[in-house]
Amino acid sequence: MREEFAIGDSSLHRLDPRLKIVAASALSIVVAVSTRFSALGVAVGLALILLAFARLPCGAIARHLVMVNGFVILFWIILPVSVPGTPWMHIGPIPLMREGLELAARLTIKSNAIVLAFIALVSTSSVVSLGGGMNRLRLPDKLVHLLLLTYRYLFVIQEEYERLKRAAVVRGFVPKTNLHTYRTYAFLVAILFIRAAARANRVQQAMLCRGFQGRFYSLQEYAFTPKDWMWAAGLGLAVAIIGIIEWMPGPWS
Amino acid sequence: MHISEGILSGAVLASGAALAVVGTGIGLKRLDADRIARSGILSACFFVASLIHVPIGPSSVHLIFNGVLGLLLGWAAFPAILVALILQAVFFQFGGITTLGVNTVVMALPAVICYFLFKNFMDKSPAWALPAAFAVGALSVLLSGIIVGLALMMTEEKFFEVTALVIGAHIPVMIIEGIVTCFLVAFLKKVQPDMLPGRRKTSG
Repeated sequence: MREEFAIGDSSLHRLDPRLKIVAASALSIVVAVSTRFSALGVAVGLALILLAFARLPCGAIARHLVMVNGFVILFWIILPVSVPGTPWMHIGPIPLMREGLELAARLTIKSNAIVLAFIALVSTSSVVSLGGGMNRLRLPDKLVHLLLLTYRYLFVIQEEYERLKRAAVVRGFVPKTNLHTYRTYAFLVAILFIRAAARANRVQQAMLCRGFQGRFYSLQEYAFTPKDWMWAAGLGLAVAIIGIIEWMPGPWS
Repeated sequence: MHISEGILSGAVLASGAALAVVGTGIGLKRLDADRIARSGILSACFFVASLIHVPIGPSSVHLIFNGVLGLLLGWAAFPAILVALILQAVFFQFGGITTLGVNTVVMALPAVICYFLFKNFMDKSPAWALPAAFAVGALSVLLSGIIVGLALMMTEEKFFEVTALVIGAHIPVMIIEGIVTCFLVAFLKKVQPDMLPGRRKTSG
């Protein structure tokens, strides 16, 4: 578990996090409600262009896509045989319906276009800068604090879990399908929660000691550069184009 | 269990987001400044615990623990789960911006429902508390599955078979989650009973 896409120095990595959050939201929403293949095609193209700008490792992106498409595969298995329509081809005696295939293809394209754009726009920021951006976008302070604290302790808790797991393995624990395994995991997680609560008390006291008054201060400056404005215009235009192709009648419909 | 991006209709996504905003709003309101650290760290715990895969026959399932988080946090489970989902989206791209609302409701609403149904059983004798704990684990998963199903069905009636499959796949997870939650609560009752609702003055 790490922010593997946040490392880098491309123009997208340097973009203002506020712009990234807003642009990714607008793009995701427009693509999520689009249905025309022409609009979705443009969305995929845009996502690929953004990825090219982000200069991320292709292998890692492919790995993430495979994981993300697990849910989508369900639809490919079921829709072509369950949606009534005209048969398009046969696998043995089973007819595959054109309508089902189309629906599955549309979902897949949408899903992947949104995920790719999300990787290029959001995952190229560190959680800390995203939190700062969310704060400046007027999201509730408490929510942003919660996000930053969760992120801060995620890796601590994960290490703690690994340590407990290693201790169990050293004592000869082999996970199997039996009550002993489930009890071991339950106790492991219980002790994880107990230690987390104890740690939370210490953290709370340390925060109070340092004068925590319900605000996080960030040294990072958030100023829109001319480059940010250019990107904002470009991304806004791209979202508008997808919207126009989707909702306006034209040669593409 | 996450609904991927690009599957649900705009109306379903918008209702999910609206419900999530309401739930998170209530949760944040009840979360005073001195409980933020606790909720954040327990949310990190929830994130890590939900990555644990336990074997079941030749395959494995991952535990969810939203019911447990509900017991520990009450309404604050809403923002805690929202935050965990934001981090999962950033790290793994499981879910994204448009599905954030729906997915938060899928996980957090069952957590809060289980909290209110079963919080009064937790400081009773084990004969009451442990069956209640099993119910927390199993019911939270079942309710999550049902909300996923509702979201899919309200998007497209053609998704009926997919919905049936998704809910069916939840049944073994329900049973295991119930068993694990039962052991977990038994452990907490012995070691740190004040973490469970009932003894402490809860602000849920």
